[in-house]
Amino acid sequence: MSQTSSVAASPPSMRAPSVARRNRKRQVRGTLPVLVLFLPPALLLFTVFVILPMGEAAWYSFYNWNGYGLPTQWIGTKNYELIFNNAAFRQALINNGLIIIVSILVQIPLALWLATMVTHKIKGAVLFRLLFFLPYVLADVAAGMIWRFVYDGQFGLVAGIFNTLGMEAPFWLADKQAAMPALLGVIVWKYFGFHMMLFVAGLQSIDKSVLEAADIDGATGWQKFFRVTLPLLGSTVRLSVFFGVVGSLQLFDMIMPLTGGGPSNATQTMVTFLYSFGVMRMQVGFGSAVGVVLFIICVTLAFGYKRIFMKND
Amino acid sequence: MNMLFGRLARHRLAFALSAVALMTGVSSASAQSVIKWLHLEADPNRLAVWEDIAAQYQAQHPDVKIEFQFLENEAFKAKLPTLLQSADAPSMFYTWGGGVLKAQTETGALRPINAALEADGGAWASQLSAAAVDGLSIDGKVWAVPFQWGQVSFFYNKDLFAKAGVDAASIKTWDDFLGAVSTLKAANITPIAGGGGDKWPIHFYWSYLAMREVGKDGFNAAKNGKGFLGDGFKNASQKLIDLGALEPFQAGYLGATSPDANAVFADGRAAMLLGFQNTGTDLFQANFATDNKGLAADNIGRFPFPGVDGAPGAITDELGGLNGWVVTANAPPETEQFLKFFVNKENATRLASDTGILPTTLGAEAGVKDPFMKEIVTEMGKATWHQNYLDQDLGPNVGRVVNDMSVELVSGQISADDALQQIQDAFSLEQ
Repeated sequence: MSQTSSVAASPPSMRAPSVARRNRKRQVRGTLPVLVLFLPPALLLFTVFVILPMGEAAWYSFYNWNGYGLPTQWIGTKNYELIFNNAAFRQALINNGLIIIVSILVQIPLALWLATMVTHKIKGAVLFRLLFFLPYVLADVAAGMIWRFVYDGQFGLVAGIFNTLGMEAPFWLADKQAAMPALLGVIVWKYFGFHMMLFVAGLQSIDKSVLEAADIDGATGWQKFFRVTLPLLGSTVRLSVFFGVVGSLQLFDMIMPLTGGGPSNATQTMVTFLYSFGVMRMQVGFGSAVGVVLFIICVTLAFGYKRIFMKND
Repeated sequence: MNMLFGRLARHRLAFALSAVALMTGVSSASAQSVIKWLHLEADPNRLAVWEDIAAQYQAQHPDVKIEFQFLENEAFKAKLPTLLQSADAPSMFYTWGGGVLKAQTETGALRPINAALEADGGAWASQLSAAAVDGLSIDGKVWAVPFQWGQVSFFYNKDLFAKAGVDAASIKTWDDFLGAVSTLKAANITPIAGGGGDKWPIHFYWSYLAMREVGKDGFNAAKNGKGFLGDGFKNASQKLIDLGALEPFQAGYLGATSPDANAVFADGRAAMLLGFQNTGTDLFQANFATDNKGLAADNIGRFPFPGVDGAPGAITDELGGLNGWVVTANAPPETEQFLKFFVNKENATRLASDTGILPTTLGAEAGVKDPFMKEIVTEMGKATWHQNYLDQDLGPNVGRVVNDMSVELVSGQISADDALQQIQDAFSLEQ
């Protein structure tokens, strides 16, 4: 407040910048009420529900704490040592990697292929688009429970198919080797529709005249796809991969009803590991450490990916 | 700007405070105290009995309102720590006792019920089984009102045993048991129904084997600091590996939940189930069987978990549970009064007959009608040791490791030494 009164007394040479300053001040005065009114609620929510819990988790991760009362038993980095010596956590890391690989190598190509099909003007394209998108609409937990029944070796759909073929039905979800592939199948089934919709939107925004020009130049279907469609879809593909990676890291709700991370932790992901080994065992300190590790992995992957692959998007 | 923000914030705070004051004012103005009853009873028939008892109490005490809150078993365990420390804590909730209860007591979120038990010269305490009250006491304080016993033993399908030519009465030792399993397998009958997906149904095997191998004193010594690396525990773990090597369970048991396994037994798809006290009741059979009927009572037999030759554990040492109701620190004073009503002789007898429990109220055994449950009541009277389920008794962390290791052992994924080391690692973290 004291600055405004000093403006009149200042030497002429100072006039010009002070006018600019006054203008800026007027601007600030214009936006100030808006800032005061609209910033605090968002800032408060973000601080209370995002920043503080993250800080708290980081703090808890250095304690041996069961979640009751306040943490008192400081154990340094013991929790982190335990995490990296834990075979189930290593399995969870591998599984998360597997899910990312499958979503990039299987799910996204499949989604892209189907998207190119359903954007053609063929009969029933809209119906197929809807059908392919349906699994994504389903709640994750419901999808997990449905597939638990499907895979059941006694009463499930898989059992039915095997029995009609005269073979003994397998119990994939109870088999350490088969459980993860079975789970990957469900993940692809559940989320390819989402990626397909991204691609459909991307394909629709491609200028038809470019493809017509390619036609006139005598390009084959493959050439058109690889030389024209795919480069023009680049940003959508990069976005899709980004969603795939982040979604894979967060995978939890579908696994719990399906396998609960079992058998023998074969289908554990980082988040189910956090839940089973942190929350359910009342090892909140340990669980927080897992959360911190997960957070660092997510942030590194997300920002690294955006920096490297999405900088022009 | 700071001043403006500060003023705005203060206004907001004042507004929020007055809103809160308004709301609390409204609730305290009503004369009713509300008992929030958090339970995990999913069976509507049993719940109906509870609701009826609660309704009777409310009719006698119009100033008390009882609200039922339900959480599914696993959700209950996950949510309780947060819930207990919030303003929305229940007035009373379910407990299995043991290490989990101990962890809860250390927070100050609970209220011991000694005063209520000892009022009027211990009128209430004298109605309850002293062993049950003792089972829910920690350091001289009683932390929960006991209401039911649990006991784990083998139930078998008489038809399937006859078909394979196995005589249940001859199964006395672990070797006899393994022999029976082999005979059943040879007759193309699945010997045992197992819920490996839930893990704790398998932990019954490791618990019982450990109890047989090390005995009561050995087990308590281990629990009180000696740890789980001794020879007895190693033998027990090895015996579990041996059992698993015979492939005694139904196909896909590693993915099966406890209800799945119950269904396998109730459908007659496996010959045995190491199950809870109520496995033989019609209610249980009807609940879990795919045909909603299950095995007829006269087709079911029972025998205790076999002993181990030359080991200190007796066949009369039993694994089982003890459930009670914990009262929270801020619960209305009527909570204890309601619990006293809930477990009085009349109601406990009714709970025993209508909901199939083993009551902990003295004299309520008269309500136990099912022949298997009656047999168990007699057996429990002669029990030399009643050990709580290990996944409760050893606390949430060590207990869950025991569950994990039991499944790893029986499925041949780990050696006895490695499994014990993992249990020991978790155990030493808590010392």
